[in-house]
Amino acid sequence: MTPNAVMDVLQVTVLVLVAAGATLVVRTRDRVRLVLVLSVYGMLLSILFFAFQAPDVTLSELAVGAIALPLILLLTIAKVRKPE
Amino acid sequence: MTPRQRLWLFAAGLAGLIACYLWAFTGLPGFGHYPGPYGPAILKHVIAQTNATGVVSAVNFEYRGFDTVGEEFILFTAAAGMSVVLRRLRGEREGQGSPADDAASRPVPATSSAIRVVTLLLVGPTAIIGWWLATHAQANPSGGFQGGVILATALFLVYLSGEFIVFRRLSPVALLDAAEAVGAGGFAAVGVTAVALSLPYLYNYLPLGTIPGAVSSSGTIALVSFLVGIEVAAAFVLIIGELLGQTLLRGGGRGGRQGGGRGGRQRVRSG
Amino acid sequence: MTVFPFLVVAWIVAVGLYGLITSRDLIHQVVCLIVVQSSTYVLLLGVGYVAGGVAPYFFDISPHARAVDPVVQALALTDVVVEAAVTALLLSFAIQAHKKFGTLDPHELAEFKG
Repeated sequence: MTPNAVMDVLQVTVLVLVAAGATLVVRTRDRVRLVLVLSVYGMLLSILFFAFQAPDVTLSELAVGAIALPLILLLTIAKVRKPE
Repeated sequence: MTPRQRLWLFAAGLAGLIACYLWAFTGLPGFGHYPGPYGPAILKHVIAQTNATGVVSAVNFEYRGFDTVGEEFILFTAAAGMSVVLRRLRGEREGQGSPADDAASRPVPATSSAIRVVTLLLVGPTAIIGWWLATHAQANPSGGFQGGVILATALFLVYLSGEFIVFRRLSPVALLDAAEAVGAGGFAAVGVTAVALSLPYLYNYLPLGTIPGAVSSSGTIALVSFLVGIEVAAAFVLIIGELLGQTLLRGGGRGGRQGGGRGGRQRVRSG
Repeated sequence: MTVFPFLVVAWIVAVGLYGLITSRDLIHQVVCLIVVQSSTYVLLLGVGYVAGGVAPYFFDISPHARAVDPVVQALALTDVVVEAAVTALLLSFAIQAHKKFGTLDPHELAEFKG
C-alpha cells in the first residue's frame, strides 16, 4: 500500500474510535468511572492529532486531557463526596 | 415543562443545528485539499523572517502573538478567579489535624511502595522534559504551553506518591503567585519594550541568530515561550493547590442543614 | 474520506449536547462540555490538513517540503491548555454550589432563588 493509503486507513480508524469514545464518555454516569473514561478519550484524541501531523497539539492534549484534567476532576469529586 | 417535552424540543433544535452544519460543509473543500493562501505563505517565508524552524511556535508567538497574549491572560484570570471563588464560607474552618488524622476514621489504603518508587523516580525526568520543551520552542515540536503543563505534572507526581505535606511545602502560594505574575507580565513587558523602541507592539527586536533552529535564534520567540512556560506551570500548580486546600476545610457554611436533608434524598434515589 | 472527519465532528457535537441536556449531575455536565469542546479541535485540524503533507517542522527536512497548515495547529494548541483552566473554574463553581445547597443535581438547583 502506498504511504498515503496507509495514512488514510489510520486516520479513519482513529476517527471511528474517537466517535465511539465520545459516546462512551457521555453514557457513563458513575463519577469515578467517568474520569477514567475521559482519560482514555484524551489519549485517543492525542493519537488522532498525531495522525493529522500535529505533534505539538498531541503533546498538549496528552498532558492536559489525560493527566491534568482527570486530576482536577478527581479532586473535585473527592470534595463533593458524601461522607460515608 | 416535563422532561419529555424538553427532550423533544432539544431534538428539534439539534436537528436544525446539524442540518445547517452539514449544509455548511458542502461549501468547504474536502478533507486534505486545503487551498488557503495564509498557510503556504507563512511556510514559504518563516525561515527567512524569523530563523525559526518550529513554524507552529513562530506562528503562536510572532505572527499571532497578540492572540497568544490574550489566551495567556485567560489562563491567568482563571487561576486568579479560582482563589476568589473558593474562598472560605461562614462556618468553615481549616481542619486541625494533619490529613492523615482525618483519614484515620475512613478505611483508606496506604500508598503502595511500587507507586511511591515509580512516581518519585519519574519526578526528575519529567521536570527535565518540561524544562526542555519550554526552552526549545523555535526548533522542535515544543513550546511554552506544553512545557509548562509537563512541569506542573512533575509536581503532581510528588502529590501522587502520597507525600501531600511535601507537596504543600514545595508549592507555597506566594512563590507561585510571583511566578505566574512574572510569566504573564513578562510576556506583556516584552511587547511593551518593543513599543518603547518605537516599533510595533510585540515586534521581534532581539537578534535573530545565524543558524535556523538553534537555541539562541529567533529573537523574542524563545524568550516569550520560556515566560509562557513558567506562567502555565505556576497556574496549574495553583489550581491544584486550591482544590487540595478545599479538601482540608471542615464545616458546612450556610447550607449545612439543608445539605443533610437533600443529601439523604439523593442517596435514596441513586441507591 | 473527503467529508468523513467533518461527519465525526457533527456526531461528537450531537452526542455531547445530548449528554449535556439529559444529565442529572453537574460534574457529568462539565465533562460533556469538555467533549463538545474537543470536537472543535478535530474540526480545526481537519480543515488545515493537506493530503500527503508532513508536520510543519523544518529542523531536519527541506523547507520546501509540502507541509500541513501551521496556523490552525497554533490555534488548537493554545485552546487545549486554556480549556483546562476554564474547566477548573467551572468546577470550583460546582463546589461552591454543593456547599451552599447540598446538591449537584441541575434540576434541583434550578429551583433555588438567590
